[in-house]
Amino acid sequence: MVPDSRSRSSLERWCDRWLVRTTLGLAVLTGLLLALMVGVITWRALPAVQQFGLRFITGSAWNPVPGREDFGVLPMIYGTLVSSGMALLIAVPLGLGTAIFLSEDFIPRPLRLVLAFGVELLAAIPSVVYGLWGMWVLIPLLQPLARWLHRHWGWIPLFGTEPVGPGLLPSALVLAIMILPLVTAITKDALAALPPELRQASLALGATRWWTIVRVLIPAAMSGIVGGTILALGRALGETMAVTMVIGNANQLQVSWLAPANTLASLLASQFPEAQGIQVSALMYAALLLVLLTLVVNILADVIVNQLQAKYE
Amino acid sequence: MTTTALHPQVTGLLKRPRGRTWIGWLLTGLAALCTGLTLMPLLAVLGFVLVRGMGRVHLALLTQLPPPPGSSGGGLGNALMGTVIVVSLGTVMAVPLGVLTAVYLSEFSHTPGQQAIARWVRLSINGLAGVPAILVGVFVYGLLVATGIFGYSAVAAGVAVAVLMLPIMVRTTEEALKRVPQELRWASVGLGASHYDTVVRVVLPAALPSVVTGVMLAMARAAGDTAALLFTALFSNFWPQGLFEPIATLSVLVYNFAAVPFQPQQELAWAAAFFLVILLLIASVVARLVMHRLPLR
Repeated sequence: MVPDSRSRSSLERWCDRWLVRTTLGLAVLTGLLLALMVGVITWRALPAVQQFGLRFITGSAWNPVPGREDFGVLPMIYGTLVSSGMALLIAVPLGLGTAIFLSEDFIPRPLRLVLAFGVELLAAIPSVVYGLWGMWVLIPLLQPLARWLHRHWGWIPLFGTEPVGPGLLPSALVLAIMILPLVTAITKDALAALPPELRQASLALGATRWWTIVRVLIPAAMSGIVGGTILALGRALGETMAVTMVIGNANQLQVSWLAPANTLASLLASQFPEAQGIQVSALMYAALLLVLLTLVVNILADVIVNQLQAKYE
Repeated sequence: MTTTALHPQVTGLLKRPRGRTWIGWLLTGLAALCTGLTLMPLLAVLGFVLVRGMGRVHLALLTQLPPPPGSSGGGLGNALMGTVIVVSLGTVMAVPLGVLTAVYLSEFSHTPGQQAIARWVRLSINGLAGVPAILVGVFVYGLLVATGIFGYSAVAAGVAVAVLMLPIMVRTTEEALKRVPQELRWASVGLGASHYDTVVRVVLPAALPSVVTGVMLAMARAAGDTAALLFTALFSNFWPQGLFEPIATLSVLVYNFAAVPFQPQQELAWAAAFFLVILLLIASVVARLVMHRLPLR
C-alpha cells in the first residue's frame, strides 16, 4: 500500500521499521494466545489425564474425598449436550420466524429497526443477570408446568423425577433466550445477503410472498442458517453463569429433565474455588474437554458460513 | 433492503388476491408471534431488574460496604470500585495490543509471508472469540493464580478481562481501518509522509470514532462478565486493598449474593444487576448511535 521512498531521514526510517516490527510482534503475540491457553490447560490437566485416562469421560462418579478420589464427567457431558440441544430446538424456529418477520416488509421500517434493536439488546444483558432472573422468576414460574409434566407424563424417564425447581428444563429455557439474538442476527444477515434477483424471479413467476420465502429464500440461505445454528450451539455449550444458577449443580447422572443436573462449564464455576490437589487437575481435564468441544464446533460454523459467502461472491 | 427495489408491476402482483391468501396470513401471524416471543424475555428481564433494583438505589448504596450476614443496610461501593479497577486494568492491556494487532493486519500485511501470518492471527482471534469466558478464567488461574505469580488478585482479573476484550478490539479496529478510504492513504504518501506518519497521523485518527466505539463495547463486555472473574478476582467484603489482593466486582457480587438466605444480600444482588444492566444498555445504545452516524466512505 505504502511504497518505499528514497529521500527520508534516518529517524523516519527507524520509526517506520520500528512500527512495522512492533505491530508484527504484537500480532504474533495475540495469535499465540489461543495456543498458550490450550497449552496451559493441557499442562495442568496432565496429572488427571494420566490417572483417569478415558475412564474420565465414561465414568459418572464425582468423589473429591481425599484418599478415595474418583472423577468422571459423564453426567456433565449429558447435561451440557441436553441443555444445549433443547435450547437449540427452542431458539432456532423462534429465531428463524423473527428473522423473517424483521427482514420482510410486514411492518413499517422504523418499527422494524426498533424491534431488531430490541433483539440486539437481549444480547447485551449479562449472563449473571439472566441467572438471577432465572433463579427468582423463571423457576417458580415453571414449577406448575414441571409438576404437570411429571404427573401426566411421568412414565417417560425424561419427566421421571419429582420436580424440585432447578434442573435441565429451566437451564434450557435460559440458554434459549441467551442464544436467540445470535440465531436471529445470523439468519437475518444470511437472508439479507441473498441476491435480490432470486426474489424478483420467484415473484415474477407468480409465486406468493410466503412461497418465495419458504421455497426460494430459506433454501438459498440454508448454509448461513445452519452456520448460525452451530455458532449458537458453541455459545450454549460454554455458557456458564446463567446455567450454574438454575441447573442445581448435582453431580449424579439423572436422565430426567426435571432433576438437578450439571454442565461442564457450571462444574468448573461451582467447584474451582474450593478444589484441592488432584481435583484441580480433574477440573482442568474437564476444561480441556470443553475447549476442544467449543473449538471444533466454532471451526465447523466458520467453514459453513464461509461456504455461503463464497457461493454468492 | 427487500422489496423496495422491485418494479411497481411486480409489487402489484404481490397485492393481487389469491386463493392461497389465508395461508399467507397464517404464516405472517406465526412470524409475528415468533418475534413477540423473542422480545418477551427482554421485557420480562428488564422489567424485573428495573423494578426490583430501582427500589434499592440510594446514595448509601454507592458509599457503603455490604452488610455482614444477618444485618441490614449497607451498599456495594467496594464492588462498584472493583469493577472500575478491573475493567480499567483490562482496558490498559487490551486496547494497545488489540489496536496495534489490527494495524498490522490491515496496514502492513502485503507480502505472501505477511498475509500468511495475518491469516493465522485472524484464525486464532476467531477461535479466541469463541472460547467460553469460564475457560479464560481457568487459563488465567492456571497461568497466574495457581503458579503463585499473582495469586487471586485484581491484576489476574485484569489479565482475564483483557483476554475477553482482545478479540472484540481487534475485530472492531480492523473493520474501522478497512472503512478508511484508500484515497486518504494515497494522499498522505503522495505528500511524502512515512508509514509511521500515514498510520499514526492520518489513518488512525480517521478511524478513531469506530475504534472508541469498539473500546466501549469491549469494556461493557468486560464489566458484565462473571465467569472469568470467579477464580481470578475472587471476592472481598472490604474496600479494594491493592492490585495484588482479591477484589470485589459487581458481577461476582450478583452471583455470590443471589442465593444467600439473607434478604439484604439478595436486595444488593438485584441492585448490582440493575447497575450492570443500565451500564450495558447505555453502552449498546451509544455504540449503535455512533455507528449509524459514521460516514461510510
